Amino acid sequence: MTATTASTSTARTHRAGADPTASGTAAERATGRAGGLDATSPAPPVLEARGLSVGYDRDPVLRDLDLRIERGTVTTFLGANGCGKSTLLKAFGRVLKPQSGEVLLDGSPIRRAPNRAVARRLAILPQTPVAPAGTSVLDLVMRGRNPHQSWAKPWTAEDADVAEQAIAATGLTEVAHRDVASLSGGQRQRAWIALVVAQQAETLLLDEPTTYLDLAHQLDVLRLVRRLNREQGSTVVMVLHDLSLAARYSDRLVVLHDGGVVADGTPHEVLTPAVLETAFGLHARVVPDPVTGAPMIVPEADEHEAGPA
Amino acid sequence: MSAATDTERRAGRPDADGPGARGTDRPAAGRRGVRFGPVGLAWRPRVLGWTVGAVVVALALVVLGVAVGSNWIAPGVVVRALLGTEGGPDGFIVTTLRLPRVLTGALVGLVLGVAGALTQTVTRNPLGTPDIIGVTSGASVGAVAAIVVGGGTYSVSAVVLSGGIPVAATIGALVAAVAVYGLGWRGGVQSYRLVLVGIGVSATLDAVTSYLLVRAKITVATAASQWLVGSLSSTSWSTVWPLLLVAAVGVPIALATSAALGIGQLGDEVATGVGLGVQRHRLLVLALAVVLTAAAVAAAGPIGFVAFVVPQVALRLAGTNRPPLLLAGALGTVLVLGADLLARSAFPWQVPVGIVTTVVGAPYLIWLLVRHRKEMSR
Repeated sequence: MTATTASTSTARTHRAGADPTASGTAAERATGRAGGLDATSPAPPVLEARGLSVGYDRDPVLRDLDLRIERGTVTTFLGANGCGKSTLLKAFGRVLKPQSGEVLLDGSPIRRAPNRAVARRLAILPQTPVAPAGTSVLDLVMRGRNPHQSWAKPWTAEDADVAEQAIAATGLTEVAHRDVASLSGGQRQRAWIALVVAQQAETLLLDEPTTYLDLAHQLDVLRLVRRLNREQGSTVVMVLHDLSLAARYSDRLVVLHDGGVVADGTPHEVLTPAVLETAFGLHARVVPDPVTGAPMIVPEADEHEAGPA
Repeated sequence: MSAATDTERRAGRPDADGPGARGTDRPAAGRRGVRFGPVGLAWRPRVLGWTVGAVVVALALVVLGVAVGSNWIAPGVVVRALLGTEGGPDGFIVTTLRLPRVLTGALVGLVLGVAGALTQTVTRNPLGTPDIIGVTSGASVGAVAAIVVGGGTYSVSAVVLSGGIPVAATIGALVAAVAVYGLGWRGGVQSYRLVLVGIGVSATLDAVTSYLLVRAKITVATAASQWLVGSLSSTSWSTVWPLLLVAAVGVPIALATSAALGIGQLGDEVATGVGLGVQRHRLLVLALAVVLTAAAVAAAGPIGFVAFVVPQVALRLAGTNRPPLLLAGALGTVLVLGADLLARSAFPWQVPVGIVTTVVGAPYLIWLLVRHRKEMSR
C-alpha cells in the first residue's frame, strides 16, 4: 500500500511539472493524500462477493468466488479475453443474476434491495452502450438523475445543477446540446461517464471505459476516474485491457483466470512475469514506468525474430 | 481541447465554480433542464407545436368526417349538433349515424398511435409494432373463427351486430400476446427475442386464419376478408364505449410511463444501473400496448400500418429520440380519420379504411426515410 501511495504522488508531481497551467495541484495533492489514508483505515467492504458462481446459460464463467472491495479504492479486474472480468463486474452491478452465492452491497444482499435505492449508491457503465439517435448529451446525462427522482420530486434545480456539473467535469459543456451520435468516440465515452457521474453514487463500476479511445483520451478518462476517487472518495471498480495503464491508475489489481482469482494486490505485487505467464500466456518483462515508477509490461522478443522465420 | 481541459479543471474545484467561471451557453442549458426536465418531452417547443397542430387537424377532421356523407351537412350545423343544440333530422344523422363512426376512427387512431410508440420504444426497434407481439394475428384468428363458425348458424350481419366478433377478437389478441411473451421468456424477456418469437407466432396464426378462410363458404369468407382489411363501416355507439373506456384509462397510464420509457431505451444494463426495474417496466408497457391494440382491433379490425407508420412520423417531426406519445396518438387520429374521409368520398364505391391507411401511410414513411437519409449525408 505504501509503495502505491508513493508512486501515485510521484505521478502527480510529474503531471504538475508537465502542465504549468495546473493551478489546483496543491489542493489536489492534499485531497489525494486524504483519500489514501481513507483507503488504509479498516472500513467494511462496500461490495462483497460470497461463493459467487456466475455465467451465461448453464456453464459458470466464475466458480465459487469470494472477493471484497474496500471503500474508497480503485480496483481493476484484469485477465485474458473470456476470463470473466466483465461477468464479475455485471454480477457486482446486479445486471447478471448469480447461479449461486450472492453479492452484498454495504453488507446486505444487493438483489433484495430496491433497485432505485441501489442506484443511489452504485452506478454502472456497461461496455459500449448505445444511445438512441436524437439523444443530446444533456438528455443522456439527465437520465443519471433518475434514482434521485420520484413522483413527489420529479425534476429539481439540484438535478439540473448536478447534470451541468457532470457535463462540465467531463469537458463536454461546449457540446451539451449536440446529439450524442454526432460526437467523436472520446466525447461519446465521456458523455456516458458524465451520466454515471451525475448519478452521484458512491461506487462506480466501469466496464472497459477506455475502449475505442486513443491514448490521450484514455488518459483523460482515467484521470477523471482517479479525480472522482481522490476528491469525492468514490470507490471505483473497473475492467481494463491495458496492463500498464491499469497499474498506473489502480490501488489494487485483481487478475482472473480459469474461473477464479489468480492474483490480488497492489500493482507491484500482482504484475509479475509469473502472473502474466499464468493469466495471459504472455512472456513479458516488468520494468518500472520511467514516469511514475508503476510496473510497466514489455513483451519479450518474438521468437521468430531470433532465428529465420 | 485546451479550452475543454480548462473548463474541466475549473469545474473540478468547487471554490472556482462561481458564476463568472461558467461558459455563456451554460445558464441556458441549466434553465431548460430546470423548467422542462426529462419527464417533459411533450413540453419541448417543437413537440408541443406539432402536437397542438395535430390535435387541431384531428378536431377539424372530426367535424369534416361528420359533415361528409350521402348528404352534406354544413360544418356549423355539425358543431351545433355535437354541442347538442341542433334537433331535427340533421341532429339525428350527426349524433346517431355518423358520430359513432367518426369517434371510433378517432379513438382507433389514438390508441394505435400510442400503442405503436410504446412498443417501438420498448423494443428499441421501429419494426417492434404491436402486430409483432401477435396481437393483430391473434385477433384475426379470433374474429375469423367467430365469423366462420357463426356464419354456419346465423347470418353474418347478425353476428357482427351481436358483438360476438369484438369479443372473439379481443380474446384472440390477449391469448396470442401472452403466448408470445411466454415463449420469449428466458429468465426475463429480451426485446429482440420478443420480436423474433412474435414473427414466428404471427406467421403460425396467419396460417390458421388462411385455413379458416379456405374452409369457409364463399359468402362467409368474403365477410371475413372484409373484417381482415379493417373497416369503420359497421360501427355504432356500442363500438365507441368500450374503446373510449380503454383509451381513457390506457392513454394516461402510457403518459405516466414516459420517463421510464426514456430510461429503458438506453439499454437494459444502463437502465438497471440508474434504478429502473427493467423486466417489470417492459411487462407493463407491453401489456398496455396489447390492451390498447386489442381494443382498436376489436372495434374496427386490423387497420394496417397506423401503429407502425405514425410513431415513426411523430419521431421525425418532433426530432426527439423516441416518438412522443401524445403526438403519435394525435397523428394516428389524423391518419385514420383522413383515410376514412378519403375512403368514403374520393371513390365511387366504399373502400375499407385499412386499405387507404396502408396506401397513404407506407409511401409517406418511405418519403420520410429517403429525405432523412439525404439530410444525414448532407
